[in-house]
Amino acid sequence: MLAAARCIVYRDLLLAVRRRSDVATALLFFVIVASLFPLGVGAEPNLLRAIAPGVIWVAALLSSMLSLGRLFASDYADGTLEQILLGAAPLGVVVAAKALAHWLVSGLPLVLIAPVLALQYDLPASLYGVLALSLALGTPVLSLIGAIGAALTLGLRGGGVLVSLLVLPLYVPVLIMGAGSVEMAGAGLGGQGQLLLLAAMLIVAAAFAPWAIAAALRISAE
Amino acid sequence: MLEASDLDCRRGGRALFRGLSFALRGGELLRVAGENGSGKTSLLKILCGLLTPDQGEVRWRGEPIRRLREDYARNLVYLGHAPAVKDDLSAAENLQIACTLAGIPVREDSIREALARFGLPAKDVFLKRLSQGQRKRAALARLWVSREIPLWFLDEPFAALDAAAVELTRGLIREHVARGAAVVYTTHQEDGLQESRVVDLGAAAA
Repeated sequence: MLAAARCIVYRDLLLAVRRRSDVATALLFFVIVASLFPLGVGAEPNLLRAIAPGVIWVAALLSSMLSLGRLFASDYADGTLEQILLGAAPLGVVVAAKALAHWLVSGLPLVLIAPVLALQYDLPASLYGVLALSLALGTPVLSLIGAIGAALTLGLRGGGVLVSLLVLPLYVPVLIMGAGSVEMAGAGLGGQGQLLLLAAMLIVAAAFAPWAIAAALRISAE
Repeated sequence: MLEASDLDCRRGGRALFRGLSFALRGGELLRVAGENGSGKTSLLKILCGLLTPDQGEVRWRGEPIRRLREDYARNLVYLGHAPAVKDDLSAAENLQIACTLAGIPVREDSIREALARFGLPAKDVFLKRLSQGQRKRAALARLWVSREIPLWFLDEPFAALDAAAVELTRGLIREHVARGAAVVYTTHQEDGLQESRVVDLGAAAA
């Protein structure tokens, strides 16, 4: 069972390494969106400091959604998805591994680069840790919830639009808690409450989303 | 071993077949016949559990496959229309990954042997550099390492293959059936295999 999960993570990372441009697209999107705001809004430090958590979080959310299309679509097109469905390990475990691989490729880079972007917003250095931690807890939830949407809309025409409509409302609580934790920490109130809620969301999503993804995949593959 | 009872399948509002029943024992070779669009692929997918029939059920050793899920999947190999290989991986990587996912323990030398049998380059060449027929060979190499698996479902195994590869695949199927395993396949070509049974979907649609 673990061998299959490890194998899926290895395979998806290997494919990501061989198709680097796909990975770079999502990361570049994040960097560009987050960098355009200071240029557009103007260089007023107080304003920038105030909008920083929200803008960085929204950019991370959109960039995570941008890469959802790739999650199952290519496996579906070349028939490997059927082989995954017929695998010896429980499907829930295998799709959890796929969501993990998706996060490693499209979520983890955002966590690592976010402090650099925060520099443009003159965010106090003491908040870098909270920002990175909130993204580290929140982006896996985005990958897990997004994977449900990606699985449900697999093979549909206009699936890209549909997945945004399906998934965005579910992303909102993560966005509020994620950006809120940085704002609270910035106001000197400490962001622990929001971070703990994010962690709780992650645990719930990690426990239940894989089974929802598996059920959705079985329906879509028919 | 495998029993299909009273299968109904509708796709896109059209009944493909109705009340289809048959049983398959070990050592039998079943050919699914029928023209294009008669539901051969759908039947194969129903038999391996990828598709739910509108009515009826498939049983493996007396148990409905819907309940068995992975326990049933471990007993079968399904090679569909699409080759199910990744273009950005080499043939060896594809085979290794497919086997791990299917729960078949393989050693490196048996993978090399399988690739050599199917005339595929042993060194790391990505499949996108190879031809369509070679990709098909890479998919079929899976059969060489799946000789212990008692059920094979092959959808058009001979399409896009040259004469030598067809002969090789035919040989593997013959040996597998002689070992007491069951093989279900579809084809449009003159295959030269001595099937023990034919399910004709053209007749079942009536």
